[in-house]
Amino acid sequence: MSTPVTDVVVTGLGATTPLGGDVASTWDALLAGRSGVSRITDDWVKDYPAQLVARLATDPAEQIDRVRARRLDRSQQVAVVAAEEAWRDAGAADAGVPAERVAVVLGTGIGGALTLLGQDDVLEQKGPKRVSPFTIPMLMPNGPAAAVGLAIGAKGGVHAPVSACASGAEAIRWGLDLLRFDRADVVLVGGAEACVHPLPMAGFAAMRAMSTRNDEPERASRPFDKARDGFVLGEGAAAIVLERADVAKARGARIHARLAGAGATADGYDLVAPHPDGEGAARAIAAALRDAGLSRTDVGHVNAHATSTPVGDTAEAAAIRSSLGDHVLVSATKSQTGHLLGAAGALESVFTILALREQIVPATANLEDPDDDAAVQALDIVRHEPRRTTLTAAVNDSFGFGGHNIALVFTTA
Amino acid sequence: MTSSQEIQSGLAEILEEVAGVTPADATPEKSFTDDLDVDSLSMVEIATAVEDKFGVAIPDDELGNIKTVGDAISYIEKNQG
Repeated sequence: MSTPVTDVVVTGLGATTPLGGDVASTWDALLAGRSGVSRITDDWVKDYPAQLVARLATDPAEQIDRVRARRLDRSQQVAVVAAEEAWRDAGAADAGVPAERVAVVLGTGIGGALTLLGQDDVLEQKGPKRVSPFTIPMLMPNGPAAAVGLAIGAKGGVHAPVSACASGAEAIRWGLDLLRFDRADVVLVGGAEACVHPLPMAGFAAMRAMSTRNDEPERASRPFDKARDGFVLGEGAAAIVLERADVAKARGARIHARLAGAGATADGYDLVAPHPDGEGAARAIAAALRDAGLSRTDVGHVNAHATSTPVGDTAEAAAIRSSLGDHVLVSATKSQTGHLLGAAGALESVFTILALREQIVPATANLEDPDDDAAVQALDIVRHEPRRTTLTAAVNDSFGFGGHNIALVFTTA
Repeated sequence: MTSSQEIQSGLAEILEEVAGVTPADATPEKSFTDDLDVDSLSMVEIATAVEDKFGVAIPDDELGNIKTVGDAISYIEKNQG
């Protein structure tokens, strides 16, 4: 069993999501059971089979300075909004940590798609001379991480993991490694995504991955339910400040939770489909537990990746069951937030941390009739209303197209 | 023919839109980089906006010689149709 070289704690949280423009409003809306999903009303959507989206509750361009906002892709804007909230929450700016010891790891699934596609329109309609000089820095997948690095003045390295819908969770794992390898004292980690546009919508719809329950937007994302028919595309960002425990304690920082361990595996099975038994996902959870030095009985809660696709949810249920057992309280918060792709793992880690801190497990909305699958039937999936409980450790699962599996283990402060 | 004064105010509008420069600060002696914090990519955007507003294209080799607001005003004045 490996034990952490350095204790790593969470000192800051930030988010902007379909449920709220910050962490507090998002968490309140989550516990209140509100949905961030709505039906798109733009003309372009009329020929689309899937017409649902989870739009941001607050336009990020209104949360940051106008001139700054116009040079940032929407994926960068949300990253900056979430990161600045997390940075303020950590009080790290005034803590005297040298900029050379501050790093950023912030991933995205798609990157600056709105800029790429928008500037392609400019190219087609007006020619190459009219393409914005900010096109490349706005569309590059390291753009959100780089914008955040500038925003908080990080000089200890800025990194951008890209592993589809696991990117946000992968960023957290990288951050843990950076701290353990003594590459930094403070690492801001997270994920950002903003790609609500006809092309990605058409691409996901062509994969038959999206819900077509167009007449019931708030009931469309229904992880583990028998009638689930796909995910709902969401947008937003979440950020977490990770810090060496000794550094955080020395400066008297408030500690939300600990990041105890992480596991990463690849399915080695298919580029898109998850392994039906969740074999790779189960290995990631087991690896994270070993890394944290915990046993399965220590874990009381899992924030599942559960996107509401028919195959993904049952594979994950099997993975949770085989790696942790049936006693854990499972939540699938995408039922309310939609699927934030590369931001999902970061946002759901924020939820996992808050569940530990507040000792309450969010409910899975729209789970009316659980799937007949044996693992889904066996698991204790929290529904109808949040459940108060006693938790010491919790797991967040994230998976991405490409066969990426990340599991993170958080424990109470 | 647009007057020098009109060019200055038109340029000030562009600078405010592109780079957030307060219009009152966009006076002829100001350096784009040193005084107004306008970076090289923003200068490219400004050149495009100048072409739209005044019908004056600024080639890249000329753009490098435009250091101050006054330089830009004179260039536009000299080259407008």
